[in-house]
Amino acid sequence: MPRPPVRLKPLIETKMIPLSYYLILAALIFCVGMAGALMRRNLILTLVGIELMLNAANLNFIAFWRYNPSAASHAGIMFVIFSIAIAAAEASVGLALVISIYRHYKTINLDKIDSLKG
Amino acid sequence: MEWIVQNLWWIPALPLLAAGFIAVTPRSGRLFASATAIGSMALALILSLKAFFLGLDTARSGVPWHLVHNFDWFQSGSSMMQLGWVLDPLSVLMLVMVTFVGLLIFIFSVGYMSHDENFTRFFGFLSLFAASMLGLIVSNNLLMLFMCWELVGLASYLLIGFWFHKPSAAAAAKKAFITTRIGDVVFFLGILFLYWKSGTLQFYDNGSGCLEKDKISSLIAMTTVGGLAVNTAIGLLIFCGAIGKSGQFPLHVWLPDAMEGPTPVSALIHAATMVAAGVFLMARVYPLLEPAVLGVEGSNDALTVVTWVGAITAIFAASIAVAQTDIKRILAYSTVSQLGFMMMGLGMGGVAVGMFHLLTHAFFKALLFLGSGSVIHGCHEEQDIRKMGGLKKYMPVTFLTYGIGMLALSGFPLVFSGFWSKDAIIEAARDWKGFGGMLPFIIGITAALLTAFYMTRQMIYVFFCNNRSHEENSEHTHDTSSHASHAPHESPAVMTVPLMILAVFAVGLGFLGTPSWPWIQSFMNGSPVALHTEELGSSQVLPVLVISSVVTICGIFLGWWIYGRKPILHADDLDALEKMRPDIYPVLRNKFYIDEFYEGTIIRFQSWFAELCDLADYWLWNGVVMALSYAVIGLSWVSRFFDEFGINGGFDQTCQKLTEGGGWISRAQNGQTQKYLGILGLGAALIALLILWGCKAS
Repeated sequence: MPRPPVRLKPLIETKMIPLSYYLILAALIFCVGMAGALMRRNLILTLVGIELMLNAANLNFIAFWRYNPSAASHAGIMFVIFSIAIAAAEASVGLALVISIYRHYKTINLDKIDSLKG
Repeated sequence: MEWIVQNLWWIPALPLLAAGFIAVTPRSGRLFASATAIGSMALALILSLKAFFLGLDTARSGVPWHLVHNFDWFQSGSSMMQLGWVLDPLSVLMLVMVTFVGLLIFIFSVGYMSHDENFTRFFGFLSLFAASMLGLIVSNNLLMLFMCWELVGLASYLLIGFWFHKPSAAAAAKKAFITTRIGDVVFFLGILFLYWKSGTLQFYDNGSGCLEKDKISSLIAMTTVGGLAVNTAIGLLIFCGAIGKSGQFPLHVWLPDAMEGPTPVSALIHAATMVAAGVFLMARVYPLLEPAVLGVEGSNDALTVVTWVGAITAIFAASIAVAQTDIKRILAYSTVSQLGFMMMGLGMGGVAVGMFHLLTHAFFKALLFLGSGSVIHGCHEEQDIRKMGGLKKYMPVTFLTYGIGMLALSGFPLVFSGFWSKDAIIEAARDWKGFGGMLPFIIGITAALLTAFYMTRQMIYVFFCNNRSHEENSEHTHDTSSHASHAPHESPAVMTVPLMILAVFAVGLGFLGTPSWPWIQSFMNGSPVALHTEELGSSQVLPVLVISSVVTICGIFLGWWIYGRKPILHADDLDALEKMRPDIYPVLRNKFYIDEFYEGTIIRFQSWFAELCDLADYWLWNGVVMALSYAVIGLSWVSRFFDEFGINGGFDQTCQKLTEGGGWISRAQNGQTQKYLGILGLGAALIALLILWGCKAS
C-alpha cells in the first residue's frame, strides 16, 4: 500500500514552540557568552565566550528564518552557514594568536597583556 | 640672386668653425691647428675671389651697386630686427685683401711661432680674429658690424696678451682693450642715435636702409643740440669708434703698446686689418658723412673733423716715429701716421682715395711687419735697432723685401704702390676747399717727408753698417751670451716666401689706381674705367706727382745725410739727430709725453676717483648698510621680547593644558582588551535601549 504523501506542516501552528522562546534562549546564551568574554581572564575562555555569542546570533537567524512567512527562501540558513564557516576560521586564527601571544608573553592572562596601554 | 651673395656668410663662418675646432684641440695638435686655420683661410680666400669676380662682372654696368641679402633676426614689439650681408666694391676689396694678407700671415706664423708651446691657442685666436674681421666686412647692419667690431677687439686683446706671463704684455692688452672701449661706447651711442632717428640699422635695404637716399634726406632735415645736423652728429659719434680702433690722435696710445704681441699679430691686426677697420667703417657710412654722393644737399661737417683728426694724427705720429729705437714701435707709429693719412684721404677725397691707401698700406705694412718679425727671429728676439746693424749680408731675402716695403711706405716714385696711393691723398688735399685751406696739404707733405726720413733711418740702423750685437754681448756676457753668441741668420722659407709674395703686391698694387688708369677709384664709385695716358702729364696731376716725388727723395736723402754718412759704430752711441737737436729729440723719443700726460691727468683722476669711491664705499655706503643692519637687529630684539613675554606665555599655557588633557584621556587607553570589549558591549546596549525607547515613543 502506497504511503500517503508527506505533507508539510503549516509554518505557523499553535502547537509549535513560540518564537519568543528561541529569542529568549538566544539572548540568555548571548549574555552568558558576553559575561564569559568580559569576565574570564583566560584568553581561551574569552574566545569560548565569543564563540557562544556568535552561536546565539546564529540561533536567532535560524529562528527568524523558521518563523518567516516566506520560508522558501534560504537567506537565513545561508547566513548561518557562512557565519559558522567564518567562526571556524576565526577560531583557528584566534587560537593561533593565542599560541603566539603565549610564546611571546609566557602567559595567556589578559590582565597582563596591556602593551597597547596609552 | 647669385649663389655667392646668399652664401657670403660662409666667408666669416669658415674661420669661425676653424676657431671652434682649434679651441677643443689639445695643445699637442699643432699640425691640425695650423692646417685647419690655414685651410679655412684659403677656402675663405677662394670664396672671396668668387665674390670679387662677381663684383667685376657687376661693375661693368657702370653704376654703383650693392648686392644684399637680408633676413629677419627677431621681432621686438612691432618692429622686426633684421640682419644681412652686403657685397659691394668696398666689402669685396676688403674681403680679398683680408683673406689674402691673412693667409700669408697665417703661413708666416707657422715659422715664427714654431718654438712657442701655445702654438694651437695662437692659431685658434688668429682664426677667431679672421672670422670677426670678415664678419665686420660683410655685415649689412650696423649692429652686426658693432658685434664683430667688439669681437675683433676681443681677439686683439687676447693676441696682444698672448704672452700674458710678461707683465708688459698683460698691461698692453688691458690698455688696448680699455682705450678702444672708450671709443666704442661713443660709437654705440651713435648706433642708438641712428636707430632712434631713422628706425633702421640696415645699410642697404631696397631704398629703406639707413645709407640710402630716403633716410639720409630725412636725417639731414633734422637738427640736434647746437644746430648740428643729425647726420653730422651721428657721423661724429661713429667716428669716435673709428678713432679708438684706428688709433687716431687722442686715443692712439694703445697701438704702439700693442706691439707686445707676437709679430704676426702686429702685422695682421695692428697694421693690415683691424686698425684699418676704423677707416673701413668711415668708408661704409660715408653717405652719412657726405650726403652729396647720393645727390642730396646736406652738411658734411663731420668729414672736416675726420680730415683734421687724420692730419693731426699723420704728422704727430710720424714725428714720434723719428725718435723710436724699437723696430716694431717705429712701424707702429708709422701705422698710426698712415691711418691718419687714410682718414685724411677719406675726408678730402672720398671713399676711393682712403680705401686705396688702406689696401696698399695693408700689403706693404704687413710686409714690413713680417720683415721685422723675420729680423727679430733672425736676431734671437732682439728688437732694439741700435743693437742690430749690418743684417744686409746675413739676411739677404729679408733685406730685399724689407727694402721694397720701406720704399713703398716712403712713397718712392713711380713703381711703388705707396707712391700712387699717397699721391692720390695729396692731390685730394691740394684741391680741398674745406676748413683750413691748404694746411692739410702742407701737413700731408711734411708727414710724407718724415715718413721717408724715419724709414731711411730704420733701414740704415738695421741693415747697413756693421753688426753691433757682439759688442753688446761682450758687455753683458752673463744674460744674453747663450742667445747672442751666434750670428744673425736668415729665416726659413715658410717665412720668406710670404715676404716675397707681399713684396710683389707692395709694388704691383699701385698700378691699379694711378691717375692714368684709376681702376680702384672707378670700381669704388661704380663708374666705367678708362685709360687716360695723357692724365699723367696734365697740369692737374703732374705738379703733385713732382712734389711728392721730390719730398720723398728729400726725406730719404735727409735720412742718409744724417745717419748714413758716418757708420754707426756702437750700440750706445748718441742718436745723430739727438746730437743735432738735444732739445727736441727727447720730446719725440718720449712720444710728446702723451702717456705721461694721460698718466698725470686721466689716470690720476681715475685713481683719485677710485679712491673716492672706495672711501664712499667704506664710510657712506658701508655706514648706511651698517645703520640699516643695526636697525634690523634692534627691531628683531623688540620682536623677540614681544614673542617671549606676550605671545609665548599664552601659547605655552595652551599647550600645557592640551598635554594635560591628552594625558587624562589617555588613561582610558589602558591596553586591556576586555575593558574595550566591555565598553563596546555597554555602547551596544545603550544603542539598543535608545532604539527601543525611540520605538516606544513613536
